[in-house]
Amino acid sequence: MTYEKRYDGRDFDETRKVEIKMGVIPRANGSAMFSFGNTKAIAAVYGPRLMHPQHLQNPEKAVLRCSYDMLSFSVTERKKPGPSRRSSEISHVIMNALTPVLQLENFPNAVIDLEIEIIQADASTRCAGINAAALALAHAGIPMTDLISAVSVGNIGNKICIDITKEEEDYEEDGEKLATDIPVAFAPRKNRLTLLQLDGKVKPEVLKKVIEAGNKACMKINEAQKKALRDLKMETELPEEEEK
Amino acid sequence: MEIANITKKRLIEFLEKGKRFDNRGWLEYRPLKINLGISSNAEGSAQVFLGKTEVMVGVKLDAVVPYRDSEESGVLAVVTELLPMASERFEHGPPKIQSIELARIVDRSIRESEIIDMKKLCIKKGEKVWSVMIDIYAINDDGNLIDAAAIGAVAAIMSAVMPKIDKDDKVQYGEFTKDKLPITSAIPTTVTFYKIGDKFVLDPTTEEQDASELRVSFAVSFPSKEKKSKKIDAENAVINAMQKGGGDATLSSEEINTLIDLAVEKAASLQEKIREEIE
Amino acid sequence: MEAKKEAEENEEMKKTEKKPKKGESKKEEKSEKILKIPRDIVVPGEVIVSGEDYLPSDGTMRESMNIIATRFGLVEFIGRLVKVIPLSGVYIPRRGNTVIGKVIDITYNGLRLDIGAPYEAFLPMKECFFPHGRELEEYFNIGDMIIVKIFSIRRGDINLTMRDRGLNKLEGGMTITVNPNKVPRVIGKEGSMVNMIKQETGCLIVVGQNGIIWIRGENIDAELLAKEAILLITSKSHIEGLTDFVQDFLEKAKKGKEKLIK
Repeated sequence: MTYEKRYDGRDFDETRKVEIKMGVIPRANGSAMFSFGNTKAIAAVYGPRLMHPQHLQNPEKAVLRCSYDMLSFSVTERKKPGPSRRSSEISHVIMNALTPVLQLENFPNAVIDLEIEIIQADASTRCAGINAAALALAHAGIPMTDLISAVSVGNIGNKICIDITKEEEDYEEDGEKLATDIPVAFAPRKNRLTLLQLDGKVKPEVLKKVIEAGNKACMKINEAQKKALRDLKMETELPEEEEK
Repeated sequence: MEIANITKKRLIEFLEKGKRFDNRGWLEYRPLKINLGISSNAEGSAQVFLGKTEVMVGVKLDAVVPYRDSEESGVLAVVTELLPMASERFEHGPPKIQSIELARIVDRSIRESEIIDMKKLCIKKGEKVWSVMIDIYAINDDGNLIDAAAIGAVAAIMSAVMPKIDKDDKVQYGEFTKDKLPITSAIPTTVTFYKIGDKFVLDPTTEEQDASELRVSFAVSFPSKEKKSKKIDAENAVINAMQKGGGDATLSSEEINTLIDLAVEKAASLQEKIREEIE
Repeated sequence: MEAKKEAEENEEMKKTEKKPKKGESKKEEKSEKILKIPRDIVVPGEVIVSGEDYLPSDGTMRESMNIIATRFGLVEFIGRLVKVIPLSGVYIPRRGNTVIGKVIDITYNGLRLDIGAPYEAFLPMKECFFPHGRELEEYFNIGDMIIVKIFSIRRGDINLTMRDRGLNKLEGGMTITVNPNKVPRVIGKEGSMVNMIKQETGCLIVVGQNGIIWIRGENIDAELLAKEAILLITSKSHIEGLTDFVQDFLEKAKKGKEKLIK
């Protein structure tokens, strides 16, 4: 018994439908919405701006302060508003996934505040969050050497699957949990890994193939992100002129 | 950046002459847009735009032990988060008074209007009742979060469905029935008047809100005797909640009386727009 | 640092006016590829040109044989220099910039201003300019707007001055905030755009490099019209013939209002 056909009929190396919207939060310096199928994330960037409290300032470069959280109703069982241990950890790994490409030395003592919220969750939330965040940072004019792309790779049964859903995450065979979730993020130009986590049971040889598959998928996602930025016309809406 | 002194002065001067920066009338709302079902994992959810102001509201239901003094009645709670992404003025941390006040204003409008039929939320008397959690999130602040939040709460409630519950009264999270959350015809609509200079405006932008020193919110519902009334009759108006806030300025009795009448009129027309958007 | 860059750019502009075309270069000794043409939108991480012939300037960096964009913006070639004109980003203060700042604090030795930059801006008492006989805290209030010049930036502290032509506390009128990256479009070549708006609306207009703009006119309609014209520029900044487009808009708007009066 093995995972022969994906629940939603996708190819094993196919992501769910990717949707991107730029500038969804006008008040922020930069913002974007990124979704993988039913998983929807929005990210907003404020900064660089002066860092308060002062003792957190870094005199050599700006600090990227990242907050990832989920709306209480983004999941099936209500998530109590407020930070949790899980959201703290994810905020931290996301910060580390994005920082390597940011040219933070340009802004000593400043802070760049990155806010990520999951509106609707169907697994891969941190990856959707990273993709939205990379776009929001570019939109905000933060100087960086690359645009980060992330995807979750699953080892479901004995199959390597790109962009797994919650259903796939919960895959079992004969009562045994046979799904491993491996979120990865890459800086595509030089193929550098910036996010790497794993959760499950996987053989070392398979893991190497998983990372390779994730790399390929991230390249495609990167193209979609670049296109969304290029298509942006940086327009603000003017009130309609009334015919009098 | 908060409004500059000279801009505030100009704003008030323009208002005296009947003009707002975006050419609206004093009592005119910005374009309203409501999207329902923004999270398929919620029993009910809505995204509301008032101009550029955006809020997201969700309704989550769960089976809980009832309060001892109301063993057959459902439980209601309203929580608000002014997300830091919505404004550079919002910070992380425990809820501040602005967020608490907003949640309580919306709570009173829902609770006192009795739009949710709490008596129909009993599962097993004294043991299990439905709890209705309404979570409001500010997503982009361009003024008047109170009214936007109130619209979102009502839209989420009106589109909410009951989750599946098994024979042991355990909620099957993520599985929904076709039954809607039981509601009445008493739909509340909140209108908040902001005093700028000595004029009152509705639905201010951030700039206008910065220039105001006082606000008064009214929650108005129009309960009708007919079960499924499509028409809003101002004759049936009931005021369910009122809140003066936004500063320590004061009002005269004449001003308040004028506002009460205006509130009924404006709540009725806003509710019509809301109902149109939801259908 | 900036003076050097400007000098470099002027040098390059004098050398050649020819704009490169996409594709392989005619030179065969060096393998050179130009992947983007002027005014193309680039995204961070994208390669703009390949080869040793070009030098990286603002918004770009060199990585072995390639020049990479490090900002989201439009590509510009100035001779051999490759730069990216940003479409977004907060105001980055430069020495000599004229900006409009808001008073956020009055201290014993000067004023703290918010100029929309990531750093504190300070206007020392001796650089303030106000009527003889008045006290600093009498003349200035928190929330006042002042036109100032940046006279030095040191390790994140911005020092301002009012002691120069055209710098003063603003009275009357109103201020609006636009994307600071669009300021060059609002001003136009040698002020052509902003002067045209001043003429058409009869308003006084001061454009701060930090994206804060002051408008003062004879009446409400004139001020609101100037504001609309400026917002139109920032929303359509990428089109050709923008000055004519905006002038057209202003003429139509004025005619429309005349019809109302009749």
